[in-house]
Amino acid sequence: MSAAPRPIKLTIAALGGQGGGVLADWLVGIAEAEGYIAQSTSIPGVAQRTGATIYYLEFFPRAAAEAAGREPVLALMPVPGDVDCVLAAELAEAARAIQRGLVTRERTTLISSTHRSYVIAEKSALADGTTDSAKLLELLRHHAKHLILFDMQQTAERNHSVISSVLLGALCGSGLLPFRTRTFEAAIERSGIAVKANLAAFTDACARAQHGDSGFTAERVDPLSRDIPTQARTPALQPLLDRVRHFPACAQPVILEGTRRALDFQDPAYAQLYLQRLERIARLEPQPDGAPGAHGSEAGSAALLEATARSLALWMSFEDTIRVADLKTRASRIARVREEIRATPGQLFGITEFMKPRVAELAGTLPAALGRWVLRSPRVSRWLAGRAGGREVRTRTVGGFTLLYVIAGLRRWRRSTLRYREENARIEGWLARIEQLAPRHYALAIELARAQRIVKGYGETHERGWSRFMTLLAQLDLLALRSDGAAVLGRLQEAALADEEGTALAREIAQLQ
Amino acid sequence: MAERSFAKEVQSLRLGAGEEFHGEGILAVTKALLQSGVAYVGGYQGAPISHLMDVLADAEPILRELGVHFEASASEATAAAMLSASINYPLRGAVTWKSTVGTNVASDALSNLASAGVNGGALIILGEDYGEGASIMQERTHAFAMKSQMWLLDPRPQLPAIVQMVEQGFELSEASHTPVMLMLRIRACHVYGRFRTKTNRRPAFSAADALAAPSRDYSRIILPPSTYAQEKEKIEQRLPAALRFIAERALNELLDGQTDDIGIVLQGGLHNNTLRALELLGCADAFGTSKVPLYVLNVTYPLLAEEWLRFCAGKRAVLVVEEGQPEFIEQAANQILRQRDLACRIVGKQFLPMCGEYTVDALRSGIDAFLKAHAPQLAVAAAPVTRSGVSAESAAKLAALVPPRPSGLCTGCPERPFFAALKILQKQTGPLHISADIGCHSFATLPPFNMGNSIMGYGLGAAGASAFGTDGGRRAVSIMGDGGFWHNGLTSGIGNAVFNKHDDLTVIIDNGYSAATGGQDIPSSRAASDHRQGNNSIVEAVKGVGVKWVRRTHTYDMKQTLAVLREALTTGVRGPKVIVVDGECQLNRQRRVRPLMRKAIDGGARVVRERFGVDPDTCTGDHSCIRLSGCPSLTIKENPDPLRRDPIAHVDNSCVGCGVCGEVAHAAVLCPSFYRAELIYNPSRWDRLLGWMRARIIGALQRRAERQRLRYVL
Repeated sequence: MSAAPRPIKLTIAALGGQGGGVLADWLVGIAEAEGYIAQSTSIPGVAQRTGATIYYLEFFPRAAAEAAGREPVLALMPVPGDVDCVLAAELAEAARAIQRGLVTRERTTLISSTHRSYVIAEKSALADGTTDSAKLLELLRHHAKHLILFDMQQTAERNHSVISSVLLGALCGSGLLPFRTRTFEAAIERSGIAVKANLAAFTDACARAQHGDSGFTAERVDPLSRDIPTQARTPALQPLLDRVRHFPACAQPVILEGTRRALDFQDPAYAQLYLQRLERIARLEPQPDGAPGAHGSEAGSAALLEATARSLALWMSFEDTIRVADLKTRASRIARVREEIRATPGQLFGITEFMKPRVAELAGTLPAALGRWVLRSPRVSRWLAGRAGGREVRTRTVGGFTLLYVIAGLRRWRRSTLRYREENARIEGWLARIEQLAPRHYALAIELARAQRIVKGYGETHERGWSRFMTLLAQLDLLALRSDGAAVLGRLQEAALADEEGTALAREIAQLQ
Repeated sequence: MAERSFAKEVQSLRLGAGEEFHGEGILAVTKALLQSGVAYVGGYQGAPISHLMDVLADAEPILRELGVHFEASASEATAAAMLSASINYPLRGAVTWKSTVGTNVASDALSNLASAGVNGGALIILGEDYGEGASIMQERTHAFAMKSQMWLLDPRPQLPAIVQMVEQGFELSEASHTPVMLMLRIRACHVYGRFRTKTNRRPAFSAADALAAPSRDYSRIILPPSTYAQEKEKIEQRLPAALRFIAERALNELLDGQTDDIGIVLQGGLHNNTLRALELLGCADAFGTSKVPLYVLNVTYPLLAEEWLRFCAGKRAVLVVEEGQPEFIEQAANQILRQRDLACRIVGKQFLPMCGEYTVDALRSGIDAFLKAHAPQLAVAAAPVTRSGVSAESAAKLAALVPPRPSGLCTGCPERPFFAALKILQKQTGPLHISADIGCHSFATLPPFNMGNSIMGYGLGAAGASAFGTDGGRRAVSIMGDGGFWHNGLTSGIGNAVFNKHDDLTVIIDNGYSAATGGQDIPSSRAASDHRQGNNSIVEAVKGVGVKWVRRTHTYDMKQTLAVLREALTTGVRGPKVIVVDGECQLNRQRRVRPLMRKAIDGGARVVRERFGVDPDTCTGDHSCIRLSGCPSLTIKENPDPLRRDPIAHVDNSCVGCGVCGEVAHAAVLCPSFYRAELIYNPSRWDRLLGWMRARIIGALQRRAERQRLRYVL
C-alpha cells in the first residue's frame, strides 16, 4: 500500500441551531465542484437543541477513484488521530474536540472562534462560574498542528451575517483545501440567502485567517484606572482628593473609585464619611517601618484597606429604589440602551421597566420611623403591597419618566430613610468587627472585608445573601481560634455562593463544629 | 408544517431513469419507495427518520400523481396496523418510525402481521437510535425480528446499497410472505451521498382495486386454528423461501482477502467504519479491498448456515463485528458451526465492547487485538495512523475545564415560563413528585429546572404517576406534551386517571406541534396543512373522556399559571385535574412571523419589535433570573463596574422578545434590571409628535439632573 490516496477529513464542532448544517452543505457543494467525491454525516435530533453537535465530512479525489475504477469507502465519523481539520464555532467546543482526541499535533488544523457561548452551569452560578478561557486557549495552542483563531462572532456581527460564513471564509483563507476561492463564493451565492452579508463576512474572515492565531489571550485587564489626578475637576472637592492621596499609594486607585461612587450615589458629605471610615481601617495596617506585626504581613501592603475600600464602596452605594430610579433615568443609560438594541440613529423606541418593589423596599424609602410603623402593621403593609405591586413603568413617556425622576429626587432625604439607617448600622457593625479582629487576626479580617461580596441582588435574593453573611459572622469567634481561620472563611464564602438553597454552606459549617 | 421546509428535496423525488439523486440517506429511501411502486406509506416522526415523513408531507402533488396514499399516522401502532392492507392484497406498503421505542409501540400489530404473513411487500423502515446523537434507551431492534420471524436488513451505509436493499426488501417480503425490517443507524439516515435513480412506479394494484373486490381468507386471521398453521407456515415455508431468496440474490457479500486462515463477519451497517479501521491498521485500502476476508451481512436475520460454513471453512478464527448487546449473531454462528463440528473459533465480544456504539476507534482497537491474537503477521504491518489520544495530563485539564453543554429549550420557548412558574411554586409548596414525558418538555429534567422524577415513554407522563393516584397526600404532578397526548396519553393517562378516580394533576403542554421531532403537525395543530384536519381541541377531548376539573392558561401569563397550579394542588375537588398550558413553539412561530414582519417593515407599515435587555449598572451579578430561565439569549458578560468582579446578566441580540424575562422578574420579585425595548419601525405622525414632545420634556429634566451631577466631579 504505497502512498495510497486518502480522503480529506473535516469535522465541524458547533452548537445546535448555529448553522452547522448550512456550512456542511456549502462544503459538500464546493468539494464536488472542485472534482471531489463528497460525503457528510450529522446527528440532528432533540439531543442537539442548543447542545453541542458535530458534523463530519470526507472529500475523496474523483480522479483517484476513476484511476482505481472503484468508489472509495468513506468513514461516517471522525477518528481520533485522523482528522485533517476541525472547524469549531465556539471556544469551548474547540476544547471539546480536543477532549475527543480529534485534534492532534501531527495532523490537525484547528480553526476556531475565540468567543464564548456560556453553558447553563456557567451562567447560573451565583458568582463567576465561567471556565478559564486563557487555559482553554493554552490547550488549543498546545494541541493543534496549525491554528487559526479569532473572534468569529464579532466578525459575523460586524457584517450582519452568521458564523457559518465566517468559518467558511477562515477555512478558505487557511489554504488547507486545494479549492479555489471563487468556488467557495459561488456556493454562498447559490444558497441565495442573505448573499451580500454572507459574502462580506466570508471575505473578511478569509483575510483574517492569513494571520493564523490572533494571539488572543483572554487575560482580564483590571478596569481600575491607575492614574490619580492631583487637581479635582470641581475645586470645592480638592480637600476630598487630597484626603484620598494620603492613603497608601497601592490602595489609592480603589479608594478613588469608591469615593467617586459615594459622590455619585449621594453627595460630598457621604464621600467624606466613606474616607473617614477607611481612615479607621488604614490605622490597622502594619506600620510602614517594616516591623511585621503579630499578623506577619509584609510591610507597606494595604490588603485589608484595599479589600475594605472595595466592599465598603459597594455597600455604601446600596441599590435602594432611589438609586435604581436615578440610574434608570440618566441620559447615558438611554444612549446605552439605544446602542445595545441596535436602534438606528433617531429611531423611536420605548422602554418598559419591570418594577415590583416589595413592601420592605417601599418602607425602606420612607423616613425610618414611618417605615418601621408600616412594616409593623399588617393592614397597612397589605394596602401598600396592593397599590404598588407589579408595575410596568414606561420610562420614555413623560408620566413614567417623571415618576422615576421624582423618586430619584428623594435622594435629598435619603439619610432619613429606614433603608439608609439599616444599611449604615450594619456597615458600622461590620467595620467594628474588622477593627476588633485586625490587630491579632489580620488575614481573617481581610476575608471578613471580602465576605461582603455574598450580599447582592434585591428583595428575597438580598435577604438570602444577608442571612448567609450573618451565618459567617456567627462563625468568626470560632475561626479566630483556628490558625487557618482566614482560609476557612474564604471556603465558607465559596460555599455560600455555591447554591441557592444553602446546602453547601450548611455542610461546611457542620464540619467546623 | 415541519420546522424545516423540504421543497428542494421534494423535487429530487421526481428524478427519472438514469438521473443522479444527491441528498441524505433517509431521503434516498423515500425515493426508493416510489421506485418500488409502493401503494401506501405511513409512520410516526422521530429522529433519525423524521425527514422521511417531512419530505412526503411536502410532496402531496407527486404522491397524488402516483396514486400513493400517505398518512402521518397517529402512532407507530397505527402505522404498523396499516400494513394489514398487504395481507390480503398485492399492495406494497412501507411504514417508518424510530426504533426501538417506535417498534415497542408497534410490536403488537407487527406480531399479528408477521403471523398472518403478507401478500404484497411490507417494508418497515427503522431509524436505529443507537450511539451518539440518540435520545432513547440503548436497545437493539434485532430481537423483534427474531421473536416474530421477520427478516432484518442492515445495508451498507451507502446510498446505492440502501436503495437496492429497499427494492430487494419488497421482493424478499413478497417471495417469503413475511414483513421485512430495514434498519438504518443515525449517521446512515443523514449520510449525504448519491445514487442513480429509476423512474417512479405507479402501484399496479391500488387500494381502490382492493375495495372494489375485497378478498378474505380465514387462514390469514390470527385466531385458532389459523394461528397454529401460520406458525408452521413461518418455519416450513416462509423461512426456507427467504433463505433461498437471500442466497440467490447474494444479498450478503463474501469478499476474499490475501490470507484465508482468519476472517471478519460484520453487520452491513458497520461496513464503512470497519473498512476504515482496517485501513488505519494497514489491512485495507481506501476502496474497501481488505487483506482479511470479509463476510458482510446486509441481512442480519435470518442467518444463512451454508454461507457461514463456506466462509468459516479452513479458517482458524473469525471475528464477528456486531454492535450492541446481547450478541445474537455471535451466539447463532457458534451454534451453526458447533452442529457441524467445524473447528473454526467464532469470537466477537471477547475483543470488541459488549455494548456502546462501535466507533471507528473502538473497531480499530478490537480488530487490532483480534489480529494480534490470531494473525500476528498482519498486525505487524506499519499502521499509517498511530492511535494518538490525549495525554493523561491534558485529559485531566480538559475534564476540569470543558463545561458539559446539555441541550435545552430554545430561545423564547413558550414552555420556559411554565417551568419557571413550576419552580417558583415548589419554593412555596416544597418539592413535588413530577412524572415527566418525552418531548421538548423533557428538557425540564435538565438545568436550570431539574424537575421530573421519571420518564416512562412518549405520552406516558400521566400513566407514570398512576401509583400515586389516590393516596391523599401531596398531589403528584404529571407532565405531557400535546404530541404524547394524541399519541396515547388521552387513553393511557387521562382515561385511566378518570376510570381509577385519581386525585392528581396532569399538565398538558400545547405548543401546537410535535415540536421536539421537528415541528410536525398533530391533531391540535392550528396551522395544519389542508390535507390534515387540525384544530381538534385537547380541552374538549379531555372533557369527553370524563375529566371534570379542566383549566386552560397561556404560558406567558405566569401570574395566572401560578394561580391555576396552586388551585389544582390545593382544591378540595377530588378526581383528576387537567391544566392545558398554551403557547406556540417559538421556532415555528418565528419562521412564520419573521418574514411577515420584514415584509411589513419594508412595505412601510408601522411595526413594533420587542426585545429585552439588562441594565449593567443595576444588575449585581447574582444570576437568579438565569436560574429561573436558562434561555440561550439570556447570558452573562464581564462586569463593566470596576469595583465588581462577578459577571452580569445580559440579553444578546438573538432575543425574540417573548416576554419571559419580564414575567420571571415579576413573578419571583427578582430585580428591576430587566427592561423591554419597543423598537418602532415606520413611526406614524402621532408617534413622531409624541416622540418630539417627550424628547423636549424628558431631555430638559435629564439635563437638569446632569448639571447637578456635574457639580461634584472628582
